[in-house]
Amino acid sequence: MAREMWKGNEAIAEAAVRAGVEAYFGYPITPQNEVLEYLSHRMPELGRAFVQAESEPAAINMVYGAACTGARVMTSSSSPGISLMQEGLSYIAGTEVPMVLVNVMRGGPGLGNIAPSQGDYNQICKGGGHGDYHPIVLAPASIQEAVDLMPVAFELAHKYLNICTILIDGSIGQMMEPVTLPEMQPVIRKEYDWAVSGAKGRKRHLLSSIYLDVPTEEKVNLRILGRWREARENEIRFKEYYLDDAEYIIIGFGTAGRIALSAVRAARAQGIKVGLFRPISVNPFPYKRVEELCKQAQSFLVVEMNTGQMLKDVQVAVRNRVPVRFYGRLGGVMPFPDEFVTEIQEMIKNPGKPEDDPADLWYQRMIAR
Amino acid sequence: MVATIINPENLVYARPKGFTDTPSHYCPGCTHGTAHRLVAEVLEEMNVLDKAIGVAPVGCAVFAYNYIDTDFVQAAHGRAPAMATGIKRVWPDRVVFSYQGDGDLASIGMAETVHAAARGENITIIFINNAIYGMTGGQMAPTTLPGMKTTSSPNGRDVETQGYPIRMAELLATLDGAGYIVRRSLHDPANIRKAKKAIRTAFEAQVHGLGFSLVELLSTCNTGWGVTPIQSLAWLEEHMIPAFPLGDYKIAPEVAALKI
Amino acid sequence: MQTEVFLAGFGGQGVMFAGQVLSYAAMDIGKEVTWIPSYGPEMRGGTANCTVVIADEEIGSPLVQDPPAVIVMNLPSLDKYEPTVKPGGVLIVNSSMVDRDVTRSDITWVSIPCNEIAEEAGDKRMANIVATGALLALLPVLTLEDVESALKAHMPGRHKHLLPKNVEALKRGAEYAKKNARKAK
Repeated sequence: MAREMWKGNEAIAEAAVRAGVEAYFGYPITPQNEVLEYLSHRMPELGRAFVQAESEPAAINMVYGAACTGARVMTSSSSPGISLMQEGLSYIAGTEVPMVLVNVMRGGPGLGNIAPSQGDYNQICKGGGHGDYHPIVLAPASIQEAVDLMPVAFELAHKYLNICTILIDGSIGQMMEPVTLPEMQPVIRKEYDWAVSGAKGRKRHLLSSIYLDVPTEEKVNLRILGRWREARENEIRFKEYYLDDAEYIIIGFGTAGRIALSAVRAARAQGIKVGLFRPISVNPFPYKRVEELCKQAQSFLVVEMNTGQMLKDVQVAVRNRVPVRFYGRLGGVMPFPDEFVTEIQEMIKNPGKPEDDPADLWYQRMIAR
Repeated sequence: MVATIINPENLVYARPKGFTDTPSHYCPGCTHGTAHRLVAEVLEEMNVLDKAIGVAPVGCAVFAYNYIDTDFVQAAHGRAPAMATGIKRVWPDRVVFSYQGDGDLASIGMAETVHAAARGENITIIFINNAIYGMTGGQMAPTTLPGMKTTSSPNGRDVETQGYPIRMAELLATLDGAGYIVRRSLHDPANIRKAKKAIRTAFEAQVHGLGFSLVELLSTCNTGWGVTPIQSLAWLEEHMIPAFPLGDYKIAPEVAALKI
Repeated sequence: MQTEVFLAGFGGQGVMFAGQVLSYAAMDIGKEVTWIPSYGPEMRGGTANCTVVIADEEIGSPLVQDPPAVIVMNLPSLDKYEPTVKPGGVLIVNSSMVDRDVTRSDITWVSIPCNEIAEEAGDKRMANIVATGALLALLPVLTLEDVESALKAHMPGRHKHLLPKNVEALKRGAEYAKKNARKAK
């Protein structure tokens, strides 16, 4: 397949189409509108379902209904819209049906702005809706990576009967890059033994997230947890750059991760032995790999476009073995690589102690600026 | 002796095929059972039990699937029309219906209801209007009558501060996407028969692809209203029907032409 | 190797399109490329800008603080972005919309009447293409032929008849820049 220039949001939409998405329900919100707009003509053209819903709660509940049929189904939104969807997401998790969610994050909290941000990490990775559940979350850093992960997202959602979220920010949604799109997959309509389709020649299927019998609800929670534990074992994804001889390691996901790549190259040009570890599956988080990297790294620099949400996961893995430094930009500010280079230089000059609180020290530096 | 009485020619009443053999959890005297049975009978008579998919609400009918014997899903509060939309768009040839109470449909789910109708979503909604939140213990509903006492309007619904009841059938009938919108009552056998005919028409409209169909059923909640079952039927007739007049609010010409 | 080009102007001056033309040309010769716009309210009638990163390897940051090549199509953009040009870099100024010279002496720059040249080439809406030609004359990250091929390959069918005029605008821009550029001191 030839490389073609695609806008991030549209490429994701087309990749979903090629991955066999049968139904899409969405609501306009910047900076993800192009997903909705693109699918508004592409889906009907292929005889597939598309509805512009009256609200995000309606959209996610349309997804919930379609997910109960076993079809490949998705929605997309941006931060405030994702908040509105949390009720439905919890029901979907509790009913154990598969769906793909795309969150094109923007600056917040509240109405915030439409600039790129990574402020939804906790909401997306740690649940967001009520109750105990663990969505699978993939955080691509380029359009090609996002496109490659779309079929994976649908497969994981079905494999683990779970929500699989593609977590990007407005910059990836809005930028253009050359991509090679996946081949068109045929839509496969399977009759799953859990899905509703009309009880023809079989016992009827009931899909619900209500278990008034408390011990049963506990069993359901354990079943959901069991699938999650399996995903945690099997679905770790990350990418490493210049780590062979690295003495210092930057950790960043998505856009912060790719900005860090530029910073690593610039620092290497100055002779600094620094590498980049970029988690792609941010839930499950690659704890084990980060733990291994503690043997090699003199210290870590965690970079994010938030106040240090993934930092907590890195700290769980590092467990005070080596110092961790944090640098974040907030509210829609996209950092420049030079800022990370300065942080690397400062980290080498003043590595700090493993027991330091990186988020606190970063906050002190930020307010002193 | 028994063996000679129980034989087909003597059979006048039986559980419809569309009904499971589950004892009802509804309060004695509640009309939910009647409404459930009508739905089950209609689906059986139309021979669509094996292609029907129901959407249960949040409210007393949350367990509708325990009784109506088809594939079923259970929606979040008020979102049943959205969930039904998702299912119907994937399975356009299935019979998709939701069964919702007044709090679910006319309060928290108002947007989902209105927009499903506006889109002409080819689904059927059975709307139980008993003017109260039954499951949560008898609070004021969007259809509670002015002056009516509930646990959250203990002095009677004060329209000055708590507003007026919403007439859903009339409201939805203004939308072009609606194919069949009627109001019936379940307070006596004659009205129950009319209700069944309306439910049949609503499902037939869906099967023929004629757009959104909704049957509003005036129902009783003797527990929530604090009266006996018999009194509740009389109260419905005396107070609810004047506030929610029975009738056909929207019958698209294509639906009328079905001549059910 | 990596080069970044920053383009800024009023909405409607074709700044985004010029950036995309460079991106298509870079892609077609096998480069990695990232085009990123400023997006949102400012796109609707205000100022517009985009950054194009062209590289031989996986691209990191889509934005740069001090781009080595900048095109400004109006005065507010010159005021705002002149200080950001990397020392030794290139600045293209659309003098049709700017009434002052560049003040920096550590960059190569050209003040070029893009609107007038575009009009001479056949359509005043091609000011962006004139500026692109000027840029490539001073920053050989792509050849004029690369851009010509990209226009040919990716212009929508309904605009194909404009191709010869666009190629003309591109060439005139390049010629003007070669003759009139002021080299960095």
